[in-house]
Formats: sequence, structure tokens, C-alpha cells
Amino acid sequence: MDTELKTVGETKQFIVIKLGDEQYGIDIKYIDNIVRMQHITRVPKVDAYLKGVINLRGEVIPVMSIRIKMGLEPDVETKSSRIIILKLEQQGMIGVIVDEVKEVVTLESDQIEKMAYDSKDDKNSFLCGIGKCDGGLISLLDLNSVVLENV
Amino acid sequence: MDVSQYLEIFLDETSEHLQNLNTQILSLEQDPGNMDTINEIFRAAHSLKGMAGTMGYKRMQNLTHDMENVFSEVRNGNITVKAGMIDVLFQCLDALEEYTTNIRENADEGTNDNEPLIKQLNDILNGGEGGEDAAAKPAEKAAAPAAAAESSGDHGDKKWLDIKLGDSERSVLKGAIEEGKKVYGLTVKVQESCILKAARAFLVFKAIEETSEILLSNPSAQDIEDEKFELDFSLIVISGAELDQVIAAAKNVSEIEDVIGGVVDPDGAPAATEEAEPAKEETKPAEVQKPEPAAAPAASKPAASASGGKKNDEKKPSAGKPVVNRTVRVDIEKLDTLMNLVSELIIAKNSLVAASAASGTSSTAVNEQIEYLESVTTSLHESVMKVRMVPIESTVSKFPRMVRDLQKKLGKKMELYMSGEETELDRTVVDEIGDPLMHLLRNSADHGLESAEVRKERGKPEVGSIFLDAYQDGNNVIIEVRDDGNGIDTEAVRNKAIEKGIITPEQAENMSEKDSIDLLFHAGFSTAKVVSDVSGRGVGLDVVKSKIEALSGEVEVKSKLGEGSSWIIRLPLTLAIIQALMVDIGNEKYAISLGSIQTIEDIAPSDVKFVQAKEVIQLRDLVIPLIRLNEILDVESKKDPNDNLVVVVVKKGDKQAGLVVDELIGQQEIVIKSLGKYISKCKIISGATVLGDGEVALILDANTLI
Repeated sequence: MDTELKTVGETKQFIVIKLGDEQYGIDIKYIDNIVRMQHITRVPKVDAYLKGVINLRGEVIPVMSIRIKMGLEPDVETKSSRIIILKLEQQGMIGVIVDEVKEVVTLESDQIEKMAYDSKDDKNSFLCGIGKCDGGLISLLDLNSVVLENV
Repeated sequence: MDVSQYLEIFLDETSEHLQNLNTQILSLEQDPGNMDTINEIFRAAHSLKGMAGTMGYKRMQNLTHDMENVFSEVRNGNITVKAGMIDVLFQCLDALEEYTTNIRENADEGTNDNEPLIKQLNDILNGGEGGEDAAAKPAEKAAAPAAAAESSGDHGDKKWLDIKLGDSERSVLKGAIEEGKKVYGLTVKVQESCILKAARAFLVFKAIEETSEILLSNPSAQDIEDEKFELDFSLIVISGAELDQVIAAAKNVSEIEDVIGGVVDPDGAPAATEEAEPAKEETKPAEVQKPEPAAAPAASKPAASASGGKKNDEKKPSAGKPVVNRTVRVDIEKLDTLMNLVSELIIAKNSLVAASAASGTSSTAVNEQIEYLESVTTSLHESVMKVRMVPIESTVSKFPRMVRDLQKKLGKKMELYMSGEETELDRTVVDEIGDPLMHLLRNSADHGLESAEVRKERGKPEVGSIFLDAYQDGNNVIIEVRDDGNGIDTEAVRNKAIEKGIITPEQAENMSEKDSIDLLFHAGFSTAKVVSDVSGRGVGLDVVKSKIEALSGEVEVKSKLGEGSSWIIRLPLTLAIIQALMVDIGNEKYAISLGSIQTIEDIAPSDVKFVQAKEVIQLRDLVIPLIRLNEILDVESKKDPNDNLVVVVVKKGDKQAGLVVDELIGQQEIVIKSLGKYISKCKIISGATVLGDGEVALILDANTLI
């Protein structure tokens, strides 16, 4: 992976996930792990998007729902549901629930369209750009604003 | 030479030596004639000097060198210990501490030469010598011919003749002779080919001790243990047996070349040999004169002889057995890793228990093995916890010094009594508890104790007492700071709180004594009329409280006006693994720490009463409020409202509450894991734990529920 990055230069790898009908991309460098859906222990008295905590090899890790955070329909657990464990500098390890994990894509910098920040749409504020790949569009998630606590 | 890799060890050992010096100098102040203390101080100062020199810290080396000089003179009896000198020595220690701090922070000792201190030390040296010149000189003179006589007299192999007898030793020898025992001098020669000289010496010591008591040795027992001798060492022993027997016993040890012995006359020199005759007469005046300057202050005289007597008692075990602790320094992080692994093991063990129960096919053989595994993991956990445990001594041993300083600063007379320094606590707790304790002690010294005049008026002893007691109580460690001062004036506290706007006058009217005392822990509260250097910045007590609570402990105050107050700190023995009661609430599992649980009750719905529209139950004449956990945790209770309630009665201090749960699951050892920063909003959950089946259960913090 490293050598590939070096030779191609300005490229980024994203994991493509699905939430509803839309495709989203998560920068691979933040991803620690992808695990199957498992029992989530509810934590009382916290924001609704925080689904609870799971046990990942002895570590207790909080899990959040991107769907609720973005104001979409609540998650429906299916066979393809996954929890993506993110490792962020500030918050440490956090799991996010996604409907499906599709593939890994490599995007060159000219395939990424930066988002304009003037958009008032709530959903868009969680995005940092749009990737164009094989004719399809991938909304690239801005993880920091996704996991940021609601004030 | 690159010494940076030793820096860590250097810092650790320096702090140890400084702490040791602090303690020893304090005890020297109490008992100026104690040679053991003086020797100990000298050794510590000497090691410090050596270490600082090796690491290239010249200023530190200079200062310790001059300190060592002073101690050396004290040891030789040329200077007597005076109060002024103790003060200077403490200042030196502070300066050394400063060097150490500098080194710790930027690997450099700083540029402070501490010249005034060095000058003071030199003044002590010169003053001491000047004052006792007259006495010291003739002693030296007398010693010189004695030494000459010794060398010309050629003691040859009889090196025990070189052993100098002190005042106390001589009196012990005389006493022994009066009892009909004999005193021998022995010189033991070890074969040149011998590799483990110290071990051989140890065996010789042991052999001799079967029949006799070893009074003195040259070199010292410690040096012999450390193999700091050439091929021979000499002993003075008190024995009921014949000389030949003693020699034979020593010779029995293998690799011992020869043992030479003779009878010793306690009056200074051995009487057995003719060559020693001139030496005897010469050394006599020398020995007699020498102790004089040392014993000059009348007060120290009994102390000196008392300590001399004690020394003999102590010498016996120390001469025979090696007293050095065999220890390894381990990085605390490595211990944490070990601890985590043990936690994992306990979780795995629990999974195994759960799996075997679930499979339903549990055979006795499997059960036996599981039980065995359980006992092994439990003792493994205990041992790892023990490794992390350190006596609180390391933290509290600096307090006597602090109280001594406070005494001077505040102009009050006080004495600190400590007990239970050996009580052990988790390393992290011990490190953190120092500051809160210091605050409490300062508080007692400043606010608690009255001035000497007031104490006299009230018929109390002029010297105020502060007690610091530590002891274990079940799964907790209690540290109590007590004083016999004025106690807490709750009236004054309330008035002050009103003045500060913390409470309204109406609230104050209805406040109980206890609530008033609790006001002291309110941030920004200080009753001292004058903000002093010592305490009274109003940050003290609330910091104390929050710090202790951060360590999962609690603090309680008991006070009686005019008689004193006591601050009781209760800390959990361990932080990572606890015994907990697992409960079921609406199909969710929660853990409640067993430590906070008082009783478990089965209550009929009809026994639930209402007070101020709140549910309460009456239990053994106590009215206890009920807390419906399912309401607090936002879950549906799956129980029929007509069924009896399962109530877990928890306590916090002397307050109680009944937690209503659906079902009890059982007692279990759980490993506490943090929920992380991300979910920190929920106050009633203090953490989480991983259960045997891999599921996460939350730990309820009973303290926040009450």
C-alpha cells in the first residue's frame, strides 16, 4: 500500500460504504478495524446517536449511528451491517454503524471535488468532498464533524 | 563518558537518599548522640556525593562534599550536633532537592552555587574544630604514639588489636566480664583462592554466633557483607566458651586459612600479649579523652549510652544475616501491561465458567479444573496487585520535616505522630495522595491548632498534637488526620458561607452540623481571617475532596468544638478489579460495587410508603428513600408491579438509599474499564466491564445516585 501511494503521489484511499442508497467514502487512514454487527450495550442518558458500547478484544468502545447523527432513518440491522472502528487523534477509538461496506477505492486528487462550505444543508456539513469514480459519485465523510459532539 | 542512560536511576536513587537524609536528620535532632543515625547520614551523604560526581554534577558534588565533611567530624566526635546546624543541614537538603528538580526537568543542575550554604557548613566545621581544638589535640597526640606503638609493636596477624573500642562497647564488655563471660579478639584469614569471601565470612559469623556474641568487627559487618575486605577480618566477641572452642568453630568453615585469637582486656587494649603493653598505656588516655567532647552536652549523654545499648541488640541480627533487600526496579508501565493481561485472563476465565454452564454437560472433571483455574487466576491477580502496592511511607515520610518547618513558620508548638506508615496502597494512589494529605496537615497546623498561649488557657498541653494514622479496613485503606486543636466552629463556617454568598441566611438556619462542615469543601471557601503563607488560599479543601474522589475515595470530617477535629480519608485498596453484584434491570445487566452495598432486601409493594411524594421504605427503624433504577436508566421494568421488590440498599458515608432492581444475577469479580472520554456525560455510570460472554455491562456509581 505504501509503495503504491509513493509512486502515484497525490492519491488517497477510501473505503466505500453505503447508508441507504447513497455511497460514502471514509479515509482509510482513520480506519482501525471493521467488525460484524454485534450486541451493543446501551448507555443511558446520552445523546440518541450514541448507540452504546461494544467489546472489541477486551476494550470497551463507544458506537455511534451516522444515520441518526445525519438525521436519516434509524439503522435497520441486516446481514451486511457492519461497525467500522475509527481511530481518531482526539476522541480515540469510536465505532460507526454502516449499512454495508462495499470496496476500497483509490482516488487521485483530480478525482476529488472539494465541497463548498456555503451549503446550508445539514447533511452536507458532514462531508469534505465528493469523489468521482467509475461514473459513480462518493460523498467523502468529514470524520471530525461526524463524531463531533452535538452542542 | 555518556551517563545519560543512568540519569533515571540517578534521579530515583537521589530522591531516595534525600528522603533518607531528611528522616535521619530529623531523628538526629531528637537524639543528637545516636551514632547509628550519624553513620547512616554519613553514608547517604557519601553516596550522594559519589553519584553526583559520576554524573558530572559539580555543584551538587561540592555541596554534598561539604555536608559529608561536617558529618564526618560529627562522627569522629569533633563537633556536637546543635540546633543551628540542623537548620543549615535542612537548607542543604532543600538546595539538593532543587538541583535534583533541575536535573529532572532539563538534565542540568542549574547555576546556583549555594555559596552561603557552603560557607555556613565550613563555619560549622571551623567553629567546631576551633571550639574543641584543645580537647581534640591531645587526643590526637595521644593517638599518634599509640599508632606508632602499634606499628612498631607489630601486631602482625593479631589484627583484632586494631579495633578501637568506644565508650559504650567498653561498658558492654565490662558488663559481660562481670557476668563471668570472656572477651576475645579474633582475626580470621581467608584463603587467597577463596572466591566468595563474603559468604565464607558469613559462615564464620554464624559459626561463632553459636557460642558467642559478636560485638564488633573490622571492617564493619556491612562492609564484610559487601566483600569490602582484603583477606582477613577481625572480631571482638563476648563468649561463655573457651577461646579454643571459638577458634575451632571458625576454623571449621572451609576455605578459612587461619584464625588467631586472644583475650581482650576491655580497658582499651588486649592484655594477652606483651608487645601490646606499651600500646595499652598509650591508647588508654587517648580513648578516654576522645569521648569527652562528644559527650559535652549533658543532655546527649544518656541518649548516647542508651543508643549504645540498643546498638548491641541490633548488631546481633545484622551481623549474621544479609539485610540488603533484593529488589528490581520495574517501569510502572510494564506493570500496567501485566495487570491488563491478568485482567484479560480473568475475563477469559469467566467466559469459560459461562460456557461450561451454558453447555449443560459440565462434568466434575471440567468443574474441578475450572475451580483450579479460578484459584490460580485469583492468586495471580493478588500477586500482581501486591507488586503494584507500595507502603504509604514513601509519601508520608516527608511530613515530619514539613511539620517541623510549619512549626517555625507559624510560631506554634506542635508534634506530628504517625502510625501505620507500612500500610500499602496501589502505587498510583500513593503518588496522588501526598498533596491532599499535605493540605490537611497544613490545615490542622494552621487552622486547627491554637497558639501556645490559648492552649495553656484552655488547659491543654502547650504542644499541639497532630496525628496521621493509616490502617486497612476490609477492602479500604483509611488515612486519618487528627488534631487536638480547636475543632471546627460551625457557626463561623455558616456566617462565612453567608458572607461569601454560598448559602442564604435562611438556609443557614436549617443546616445541620454535618452540612455546615461540608461547606468547608465548597470551592472558594476559607475561614482563616488572614490569608497565610501556609494555608488559606481557599483552594485547599475542595481540591482535597476532588482529588480523593478522583481516586474513588471519600473524605469525612468529625469535629468537636474545642477538642479537635479528624479528617478521615477512605480509599479503595485497588482500582482496577473489584467484586461486584450483577443485577438485571429490564433485561440489561448492570454491576454495583460490593463495597457500597449494605444489604439486599425483599420488600412487599404494600410496605412502600410515601414521604413528600417520594417512595421510601422503613428498614430497622431507618427511613430509606427508594430509587427505581429502571426510571433513572430509561428502561422498561419487566417485573409485575404486584411482585415483591428487590431492593439493594447502598450507603455513602452515613446516607443510605434503596435501589430497586428487577433481579439479582450474582456476585462476580469484574475488571473496570473506562467508557472513554467520548461518553462522559453519564454521571451515574462509573465505567464498564466485559462479562464472561463478551458482553459489556455498565457499572453503576451508587455514590452519585444517593
